This record gives sequence, C-alpha cells and structure tokens, in this order.
Amino acid sequence: MEKKIKKVDLIFGKVDYLDILDKSLQRSRDEIILDVIDSGLRGRGGAGFPTGLKWKFAKNEEADQKYVICNADEGEPGTFKDREILTEAPEKVLAGMALCGYCIGATEGYIYLRMEYNFLLPQLHEQIDAFNKQMKERNFEFTIFIRSGSGAYVCGEETALMESMEGKRGEPRNKPPFPTSQGYLGKPTSVNNVETLVFALMIAKEGPTKFKEMGTFDSRGSKVFSVSGDTPTPGIYELELGMTLEQFVEEFGDGDTKAVQVGGASGFCVARKHFKETLIGFEGIPTGGSMMIFNSTRSMYNILHDYLEFMEEESCGQCTPCRVGCQQLLKGIEAVKKGNKQPSYLEELQKLSDTMRIASKCGLGQSVPNPFNSIINNFREEIIY
Amino acid sequence: MTRIEEFVKEQAEKHGRDRNSLMPILQAVVQSERFLSEEAMVAVATELDLSTADVFGTATFYTFMDTFPRGKNIIRICKTITCHMKGKDAIVDTLEDMLKIKLGQTTTDGKFSLLQANCLGWCHKGPVMLINDEVYPEITPEKAVEVVSKYLKKG
Repeated sequence: MEKKIKKVDLIFGKVDYLDILDKSLQRSRDEIILDVIDSGLRGRGGAGFPTGLKWKFAKNEEADQKYVICNADEGEPGTFKDREILTEAPEKVLAGMALCGYCIGATEGYIYLRMEYNFLLPQLHEQIDAFNKQMKERNFEFTIFIRSGSGAYVCGEETALMESMEGKRGEPRNKPPFPTSQGYLGKPTSVNNVETLVFALMIAKEGPTKFKEMGTFDSRGSKVFSVSGDTPTPGIYELELGMTLEQFVEEFGDGDTKAVQVGGASGFCVARKHFKETLIGFEGIPTGGSMMIFNSTRSMYNILHDYLEFMEEESCGQCTPCRVGCQQLLKGIEAVKKGNKQPSYLEELQKLSDTMRIASKCGLGQSVPNPFNSIINNFREEIIY
Repeated sequence: MTRIEEFVKEQAEKHGRDRNSLMPILQAVVQSERFLSEEAMVAVATELDLSTADVFGTATFYTFMDTFPRGKNIIRICKTITCHMKGKDAIVDTLEDMLKIKLGQTTTDGKFSLLQANCLGWCHKGPVMLINDEVYPEITPEKAVEVVSKYLKKG
C-alpha cells in the first residue's frame, strides 16, 4: 500500500489568535515577511502567487494609505472551503488580515464576501466589531470592514474585485500596474484569499519550518480541499500537498471513478488513465481546492456543456476573445453533438480556445481552454456521439 | 420626496456619497425592494452625483441586481454541475408545478420569483436552494415544497 494521505489541522484548529498577534507585533515587519516567504506559502485561491512576496511588494511601496483585502468571493464551481473557514474560524481570518496589515503598513482591511454567503453577515459583523475593539484596546490601528458582492464570478479576480468595491462594473483591469502598487482606490493593496490569511497567521505562530516540511518543493504545506461529486464522503478536508490523484481517488472515490475535475470549471479534467502520474499541486495540476469526482455513469459532454454555459454567463464581456470565444465553444460542441458540424470541427474549436488563452485579458478567458481541451482530448468520443 | 427617494437618501447618509458607496446603496435598495426601479436608479444617481447611465451600467453588470420587478421572495436553485448531478432538475420541475410559473418568471401575486443561479458554494450538499438570503442545502422535491409553503404562509 502507498502511504495514506496525511490529514492536517492548521486551518480549523482553535488558537489564541490575540496571543499570536501580540507576539507578532513585537517582531519587525521584515522578519515576519521573511518567514512567510521562507515557508513557501503560495496563494490558496488558485493562482498561487507567493504570499510573502506579495506582502513585501506592498510593504515596499510608499503611500499615505494601503489596504488589505480578504477575497471571500469564492465562486469557482466545486469550492466551498472559504465559507466553511469563515464559519468555523472567522477570528483566524481577521487576525490574518491584521497581521498582513501590520506587515505592509495598512490600517484598513476589507472582506469582500460573495452575496451568496450573505447569511453569514450577521455573525461576521458581530465578530468584526469585537475584533476591531480588541485592536483598538491594543492601540494597534487596524479596522476591518465588510463588503458584499452581487453575484458575479469574475469579481473573484482581484482587479475586478477592486473595481466592484469602487462602485463600478466588475471588469478586470490591465496588469501591470499590479494591486500591490496601485490597487483599491489606486493605493497599494494586498489581496489575499481567506485560506491564505489563516496559513500566514499559523506560520507567524509556528515559524516557517513546520509548514515547509510538509508538501513538495513547489507546493509547500497543506491545503483545504472541497470534495464533491460521486464520492461517498463529500466535504471539506485539509490535506498535505503532494499527493497523486490516484491516492486521492483511493481515499475519496466511489470505486468507479472515471475522471476528476481538479480546480473547478476553470481547472483541468484528468481521466482515470492519468491518475497515477498526476500530482495535485503547482508542479502538477494546481487547484484552489475544488475536486469534483465523476464516475462512469456521467456524460462528459454534459459536464463540459455545464462548464461552458457557466463561463459564457460569467464572462464579463469586456474583451472579445473571452466574450465571443465562450459563446462559440458552447455553440460549437452543441453543433457537433447534433451532427450539424463534422467531428473535425472540434479541432477548429481547440484552435479558438488556444487563442482565448493567449488573447484574453484576465484569468477567466485564459483558463477556459483548461476544461475544454482536457475534456476533448480525454473524452473526444463522448463529445461527438 | 417619494418613498424610494427618501430611502435612497437615508442610505446615502449612512454609507456616504462617494462612488465607493454605490454598491452598498444599490444592494440596500435591492434588499428592500427586490429590484432596482428606474426611479430608484435616478435617485441614487442624484444623491451620489453620478450620471444615471453610470448607475444603470453598474447595476446591470451584477446578476443579483435586477432592473425589473421580482417577487417578494426570490428562489434561486443552483444549476452548476454537482447540483445538476444530484437532481436539481427535479426540484425545478416540482417548484414550477407548485408555483405555476416557469423558470425566470414571477407569480402573479408577486410573492415568488423562480430562478437558477451559478454555483452557490454547497457542492457537497447539493442540490441547494437559496431563498432571499436563506440557504437550504440537501433538498429533495418534498423538502422544497415544504420550505416554499412556509414562505407562502408568511406572505
């Protein structure tokens, strides 16, 4: 038997967050940032930018005001971990924001919560008020506010999120300038995922070594996974990074797993024959936590159709490759399925999806080729017949 | 001053008159009225000193900001893949039958709108239904009828 997947409890375990903050505030900013860099922590929202570097860039900017934003616009199909973290360990998220604020020199933090999670608002408001009071008592200038989204997937993209907070359409900006130099209201801003902030807090508590020892070279530490689909044990699990998909499926599959969609609608579909050599992580297939398991009763055409419909609706429409590309891919597979187009039309569609990867402005359009090409390459016959 | 204008003014005083306050103000209007009427959008534009086109443009970007009337209770059923796999179609059919409307429509008494939504973030407990801000995971057709009946009684 191969080694079992190691379960970890960094995110949900109770800690004395005030004690961690008090001790951190005694240390220098650079020291904490170096620890976060050293730990190898990368953003847990999906893109995987090194967190410590982001903080360092934001810290190095000269500005009269800076901001911390906690990205809780968890919209990727198949992810629900941030909701769970905000429900079970909200004080650790708030403390993580304050820690980030201390490191980069920001006095204001915002949580951008998707509207679908509005039922969390009453308790979050209470917790934030209490936390803000605790910071005041410590003479540490940091205040947290909360903002709601309004049902736009693209607002999880950090620059679209800031546009939305500024009261505009949530259309992604051009990068550069990056948010760490010109973010919310044009000020240096560190946008971090909910889970990332908690990991940063835990690294401040325990030092970088323990975190670094887990995982692989490119994917250090552990990660919260959202497991759904054809599995007897759907739910939220914090697991050490570095497992193969085969190990994952052994643990969570229902014995008849045909494919796993790693990383949600914008992620990759891996077929059974590739489970063994596929590593879950930044050197293999990265994920923001979404793991959707499909067994052999599922039609991959329906799955791809669902994803494309999702992308077509959620594309902000700002840039042509994404706006038109999503529509054409969706229409295209429908036409092939109906027999109105030859199967070879799929190759033309794949060329279009390659164009979307190169020419789209933000991650949404750039990642539509991931599910599209991986499903067509692995399950071409299911799309045609 | 009409009721809406007064409401918008109150909100502007509460949230501030910067452009940053546009979303919270629009959200407050949607929360209370269930949609953004022309009157409301003009009032917001006036309060915040923005062009009405700007307000309309922002509002129409967001799925949860409707610019036409919706029912007092908005039912949203998640249609994304895992909820699809776990049987959201049966929920939609049942509620269409119960409320005598199709997806996207509002009952004639204005009590309910029936909509689908993209991933609501409950994939491990699908199918899931959202009524206004309340969430109902792991629903069956029977449970859906039961829940909606409760709202029906509340009026």
